[in-house]
Amino acid sequence: MKAIISFIAVIILAAIAYVGVEMLNARYLFGVVIPYLAVATFIIFMIIRILKWGSSPVPFRIPTTCGQQKSLPWIKHSKLENPSGVLGVMGRMALEVLFFRSLFRNLKTQVQDGSQLTYGEAKWLWAAGMAFHWSFLLILVRHLRFFTEQVPMAVKMAEGLDSFLQIGTPLLYVTDVVMLGAVLYLFLRRIGIPQMRYISLINDYFPLFLIFGIGTTGVLMRYFYKTDIISVKMLAMGLVSFNPSVPQGIGPMFYIHLFLICTLFAYFPFSKLVHMGGVFMSPTRVLANTSRVKRHINPWNYPVHVHTYEEYENDFRAKMKDAGLPVEKE
Amino acid sequence: MAKLPKPEELAKVDYTLPKTGWMETPVVFKEGMFCHGSKPKSLELVGFPNPRDWRPADADWKLPENWKQILLEGIADRLEKYRSFRLFMDICVRCGACADKCHFFIGTGDPKNMPVLRAELIRSVYRKEFTLAGKIFGKMAGARELTLDVLKEWWYYFYQCTECRRCSVFCPYGIDQAEITIIGRELLNLLGLNIEWIAGPVSNCYMKGNHLGLEPHTIIGNLEYMLDDIETVTGKRIKPTFNRKGAEILFVTPSGDLFADPGTYTCMGYLMLFEELGLDYTWSTYASEGGNFGFFTSNEMGKRLNSKIYAEAKRLGVKWILGGECGHMWRVLSQYMDTWNGPADFLEVPKSPITGTVFENAKSMKMVHVAEFTADLIKNNKLKLDPKRNDHLKVTWHDSCNVSRGMGMLEEPRYVLKNVVNNFYEMPEDTIREKTFCCGSGTGLNASEDMDLRMKGGFPRANAVKFVAEHHGVNMLANVCAIDRATLKPLMDYWVPGVNVCGLHELVANALVMTGEKERTTDLRGEPLPSVQAKEEKA
Repeated sequence: MKAIISFIAVIILAAIAYVGVEMLNARYLFGVVIPYLAVATFIIFMIIRILKWGSSPVPFRIPTTCGQQKSLPWIKHSKLENPSGVLGVMGRMALEVLFFRSLFRNLKTQVQDGSQLTYGEAKWLWAAGMAFHWSFLLILVRHLRFFTEQVPMAVKMAEGLDSFLQIGTPLLYVTDVVMLGAVLYLFLRRIGIPQMRYISLINDYFPLFLIFGIGTTGVLMRYFYKTDIISVKMLAMGLVSFNPSVPQGIGPMFYIHLFLICTLFAYFPFSKLVHMGGVFMSPTRVLANTSRVKRHINPWNYPVHVHTYEEYENDFRAKMKDAGLPVEKE
Repeated sequence: MAKLPKPEELAKVDYTLPKTGWMETPVVFKEGMFCHGSKPKSLELVGFPNPRDWRPADADWKLPENWKQILLEGIADRLEKYRSFRLFMDICVRCGACADKCHFFIGTGDPKNMPVLRAELIRSVYRKEFTLAGKIFGKMAGARELTLDVLKEWWYYFYQCTECRRCSVFCPYGIDQAEITIIGRELLNLLGLNIEWIAGPVSNCYMKGNHLGLEPHTIIGNLEYMLDDIETVTGKRIKPTFNRKGAEILFVTPSGDLFADPGTYTCMGYLMLFEELGLDYTWSTYASEGGNFGFFTSNEMGKRLNSKIYAEAKRLGVKWILGGECGHMWRVLSQYMDTWNGPADFLEVPKSPITGTVFENAKSMKMVHVAEFTADLIKNNKLKLDPKRNDHLKVTWHDSCNVSRGMGMLEEPRYVLKNVVNNFYEMPEDTIREKTFCCGSGTGLNASEDMDLRMKGGFPRANAVKFVAEHHGVNMLANVCAIDRATLKPLMDYWVPGVNVCGLHELVANALVMTGEKERTTDLRGEPLPSVQAKEEKA
């Protein structure tokens, strides 16, 4: 049900773009105004979100230690899993952000023969996550060709790498296939595994359908419904140079593609997708395990009521003396 | 109390999901799955809000009229104070990697015990009250109203989490359910919705210095019993000191070690080791608790109880502090103590008087775990050990959650263990070290009325022990945690009968050859040593 609502929502979004462009001829709205608004929303609200996170302090040093602490010199310290300094944290975070280290640990807990628990390899989620995020990034980099007069070397290399299979005309991009495949897997996993379906919200299905829609419209444009790329580039260049104009001859498929992307941008700061920024601030990952070596300061640490030794001795003086314990006051 | 079902029945975990969505499935309080509510006296003693007589299973919780406002203000306050909380409310993608990592989910099959869903219990209310999307789209955006049912759900499930942090090892963003449970319990505490098994020890510890409420003379009395037993085993009479000013080291251990076996055997181990070293140390009856049940109610209460350790070290004028075997005690000490009650600039950087080793890793907080201390002794050949005395034992090692995932002390105890026993077998690798399983009874859930919960939560741990028991004949489960020592025994009796539980220093003391001791014929438990057994068999 939640998946269907999300699916319908994306279809409606696509229809809005189609109707807007084809019937109402609102090309300037969909080609210029909405993209600007969407990007502005993304930037402003992401900054607000990050500032908000940043405004809450980290009162305690609470890394989740996943390896041996640095203690006695002859005990091998696990520098990346239990970092003792900035370098270690950078290494840990690089592994986390670039290679999804923690997700790579994933296990599948199963009950066998009625009562024996086993822990099997479970790398599919990790693999799909990696495939999705990396291909998304490459696709994003590839798209930079629309926003730069001279296509940068890096972008050309990304394109070359991406089309290395040398299939079809235009050449097939591997990332297109991989990203759509990964999104499809993530969706099937979500509806296929009962527990996953149980915990899933519309907030989980909607971005999947949205991204699938973006990918599909992109693929349709590249391989099937050809779009006038020169005009698209003119539009894009106009947008980034703040001198927008809407060239003629761009088909509705492009506007649907663009509108879904705008939706993604605008939706991003209000959704779970903020994990992109949040992972860099997660106290259990970005802190070194140094709380015994260097005092961590809690900015809101305040004095508290304690039961002092004096009060304790007052309560028990007679018993303490009887037991032969030294006391401060006779 | 309901009768505990047979292990064969409890092992048949039902993972089928309710037909209704989780928001539409109200909480059902199942007998054996929760603890008694806090008594007013326990709350009053420490000045906690809203003390009253109440029972969790009752429909009427006698809540203050403005309970909702108290909670919402409490959430707002904590969002401002804890980045972890604010972030963890926003960034979960519900990938489900944490779901089957939780011992309570594995053992109960209750979907609300998946860490992700346990967090959603509070996240849904956060969305409703604190996010734009939640305010506008409501349930469509995963938001829901804070109602009495929701409150009861929070109570039930935040007291079905032991803050073990296993889920946070697997979370791609490091979301730590322990943080969410800690804050959830703080919020409940604002309404006086504590459990007596925590509130009682907290007030005991506040007034008397330890969770068990042992008064000064009782502490000494309990230790005397142990000293008698040590004399029986070794022929040596040990005379420890208490509250002694000018000692070099203050020793603090969880009070569980003073009270009941097998913790007392561990305590005998400390006494014998320190005696053999001629350590200049003292016990304290005021700071007679290393553990911290305050940490299971609120950050503030944790700090209030913890303050005694530094205060006593200062009063007695010691140079540094040595800490006994405990789990959550060491998460609190290593990640909180210095921040709460430091700087301990009146102490010196811990230095072993025996080996001269300076514990640079405790440079600021000035406290060393006894496993670190002993590992250093053994490495420097300062102990005469006869591991054969432990040959009747086949030992496996249980990493306690908090020293593993909140500190990273994994190798030190293993090094000690390998030097004091000859038969050591690791449990399967996905159940040890940073992936270790909780005993199922941590964070103050080790009461007797929630035995179903404890046995279910401890199922994964017990299952791994069963594996090594069947494959290697393991008969001893060693650990460095007082709660483990108290709770793993009933867990073993239930799931893996025949396996005993002990602390690390019990094994150390068994193997420790003391100067001037008589020829030992039994271990600390009075069981005949293997050599004696062999002789008897020959004869």
